[in-house]
Amino acid sequence: MATLPAVSAPPHAGARALVMRLRKGDEVARLITLAFASSILLVTVALVYQLWVGSELARHKFGFHFLTTSMWDPVSGQFGALPFIYGTVITSVIALLIAVPLGVGAAIFLSELAPARLSSTFTFFIELLAAVPSVIFGVLAFFAIVPLMRDYVDPFLKKTLGFLPFFSGPIFGYGYLTAGVILAIMTLPFIISISREALLDVPVEQREAALALGATRWESTWQAVVPWARLGIFGSIFLALARALGETMAVTMVIGNDPNIHASLFAPGYAIAAILANDFTEATGDLYPQALVALGLVLFLLTIVINALARLLIIATTRRGSAHP
Amino acid sequence: MSPKEHMIMSSANLPSASPAAGKPVEHQGKLKAVNLNFYYGAYKALHDISLEVQANKITALIGPSGCGKSTFLRTLNRICETIPKTRVEGQVLLDDEDVLRVDVTALRRRVGMVFQKSNPFPKSIFDNVAYGLKVNGFRGSLKDAVEHSLKRAALWEEVQDKLQKSAYALSGGQQQRLCIARALAVDPEVLLLDEPCSALDPIATAKIEDLLFTLKDQCTIVIVTHNMQQAARVADRTGFFLLGKLIEYNTTEIIFKNPTKQETEDYITGRFG
Amino acid sequence: MTLRNRWRQSLSFFMLTLTGICAVVAVSLLFLILGDLFYNGWRSVDWDFFTKLPLPPGETGGGMANAIVGSIEIVLLATIMGLPVGFMAGVYLSEFGGKTFAFLVRYMADLLNGVPSIVIGIFVWIVVVRRYHFSAYAGGIALALILIPITARSTEQFMNAVPQTLREGALALGASKWKTIATVVVPAAYRGIATGMILGVARISGETAPLLFTSLNNQFWGAGLRDQTASLPVMIYSHAMSPYDDWHRQAWAAGLVLLIGVLFANVAARLILSRGIAVQK
Repeated sequence: MATLPAVSAPPHAGARALVMRLRKGDEVARLITLAFASSILLVTVALVYQLWVGSELARHKFGFHFLTTSMWDPVSGQFGALPFIYGTVITSVIALLIAVPLGVGAAIFLSELAPARLSSTFTFFIELLAAVPSVIFGVLAFFAIVPLMRDYVDPFLKKTLGFLPFFSGPIFGYGYLTAGVILAIMTLPFIISISREALLDVPVEQREAALALGATRWESTWQAVVPWARLGIFGSIFLALARALGETMAVTMVIGNDPNIHASLFAPGYAIAAILANDFTEATGDLYPQALVALGLVLFLLTIVINALARLLIIATTRRGSAHP
Repeated sequence: MSPKEHMIMSSANLPSASPAAGKPVEHQGKLKAVNLNFYYGAYKALHDISLEVQANKITALIGPSGCGKSTFLRTLNRICETIPKTRVEGQVLLDDEDVLRVDVTALRRRVGMVFQKSNPFPKSIFDNVAYGLKVNGFRGSLKDAVEHSLKRAALWEEVQDKLQKSAYALSGGQQQRLCIARALAVDPEVLLLDEPCSALDPIATAKIEDLLFTLKDQCTIVIVTHNMQQAARVADRTGFFLLGKLIEYNTTEIIFKNPTKQETEDYITGRFG
Repeated sequence: MTLRNRWRQSLSFFMLTLTGICAVVAVSLLFLILGDLFYNGWRSVDWDFFTKLPLPPGETGGGMANAIVGSIEIVLLATIMGLPVGFMAGVYLSEFGGKTFAFLVRYMADLLNGVPSIVIGIFVWIVVVRRYHFSAYAGGIALALILIPITARSTEQFMNAVPQTLREGALALGASKWKTIATVVVPAAYRGIATGMILGVARISGETAPLLFTSLNNQFWGAGLRDQTASLPVMIYSHAMSPYDDWHRQAWAAGLVLLIGVLFANVAARLILSRGIAVQK
């Protein structure tokens, strides 16, 4: 009996084989699911394409200056993205400055100190916070946080830190700081949830080694456990940043809608997502809508980059199970 | 149609009524490997294996870990194909028909498999045993067929009043016998068992070994085991694998009492593995 | 104990208490939000809210019946369009995926997941609304585009978690690949898949930004799915930003209703998931 050649693929090839395979049902299933899966690719490609094409006028007129000009005047046809980029970035930075210490602190408590049941109950509630729709945060910010900031927090900051340019200037209640605060509340659950997972993954031996050398509970946590989990924690921070950058409703409702750059954090400003929400349906003419789409493109690219970084960091943690330099 | 072809055709159909219990059924389930080579990507796991499994006998495959005995077993029902980048060279013949050319789902109806760690589906006991029948288009009384299978697997007494309970409610040994019942339900000509008792305690192991004796009248059995005493107890013929090669293949008595190859003797006497 | 050690221990106690405070603050935020919404919205939720249409500004009374129905319509459209696509894509990624194509799809799905929903709204505006005008369909499409990648990744994740040995057991009995997937793998993973779907639908129910340029809003019942349609999130937004006290009151009530719905779905989904391995009846 002659030996057959190496068989790694189905024995026949060509169209007749395809029909034979089709009858088996497996190939049909593969093709159907493949079609659905490719729809995701198609949508993404279409999205990028439309954003690119839909902003053509603006891109050709302004080029890269679009990103550096701060004049936004629809009447005269001058569109510069800088105030919006500034507003988006500054509110996100404020959000992180508040949410990161709070979130990492809570994550440390939940992973190191809290008994298991307390930890999972608390985490359950915190993760529910992530499910709250953004418009509800907006309503709360608008009715509850703005007066709070205007009447208590801002005056206090002005009194104590008023020598800094950040905390000088008139107080309205709306503005960069308030938007930053609400963003902090919205991104907090993500930081806590992911950092907690990263901290729980740290092998017990790390903490025990530090304690065995005479470190206090805090020292072993801060110097042995947290560094081990730092990739995951950074990943969570980037993820929170990405969400803060794209967050629309809550920011729109409290940022003040002023397309100018101000040094004072009390001042009203604008963010990319906010002006899109406000002006998109009202934009007239040819250039105006395209300038807005160009803003959308900027936001899109910004969030992609940050998200990619976040995922790299989080994947690096889970794959290696540790933070090694 | 020649008698042999007729037997192949009819053995590919499932019984539509429960066969009389205990009557030995003659399956021509002779299984032959001819110059079989197997590759995981670029790595050659099996070297030129030629082996003939006799009908209605228990054949054991022994050898140290990583010697290729499980890999070989998995080529017999082509379950090795679930792993990507594998390649088979050579032939595997079931009744002189090349297994690699037959529709794989039809092949697996005739050559069943029981795995190392029991893997019942997250379904009820009844649905587990009935699964193979339903999937292969069985017409007839499922209830009777399931009962018959469970009896063949010596599990009926223990589960007859809880057939609707989850399979996971059973003990490890019972789950493995359930998997055997599930495999038997489609009336295979050959039953492949990949270290079926390695996760079980001695009592459960003994039950399964007794089971194999009763089953070999009705089908051909190939069992991979790392436990030499088990091979000595149950097998009619034994093959010794080492580093992907079949070193020696003979009656169990000769392998264990009077091996011809030095490596076999070293393994039997415990010098390695 | 030396002075230095005493200092270290005090610092330790202090810092660790601080972390506890952080955790308590984080959890209380949820309850503060719920509490505030309840306080402001509870009194405003009445039968009228669910049955009447919004009244012109300045008049008290009325409700958001059109917004409730509109939200249900839009979310239903999105679910019908998005869940099957996402599910099938997830099945492909987990069971059939070749190396490079599956990697690309996965990458793009994660990308879409990270895109701000307002950008999705812009996309649907360009592609659908400019040609067909504002409609519930457009809103449904926008939400579906958000739902698809979420569903795909979560389906894939839970199907991957099914042990390979279960698949092999079915294949060894002569089941074809698609039968194995349909009768063994999916039933084994169905709890997780269902949870992912419920969470996804809950998430899109609360989305506002993508609806702003697609289904827009409507103070009345609208002329069907092809017309611009009211939805709870958009109504909340427009009413909250308005200068009318009564509309503010309505916004609180709507916010409460929306939040209860979303939280209920979330809690239900998590309870389903935590129940463990399913036994198929």
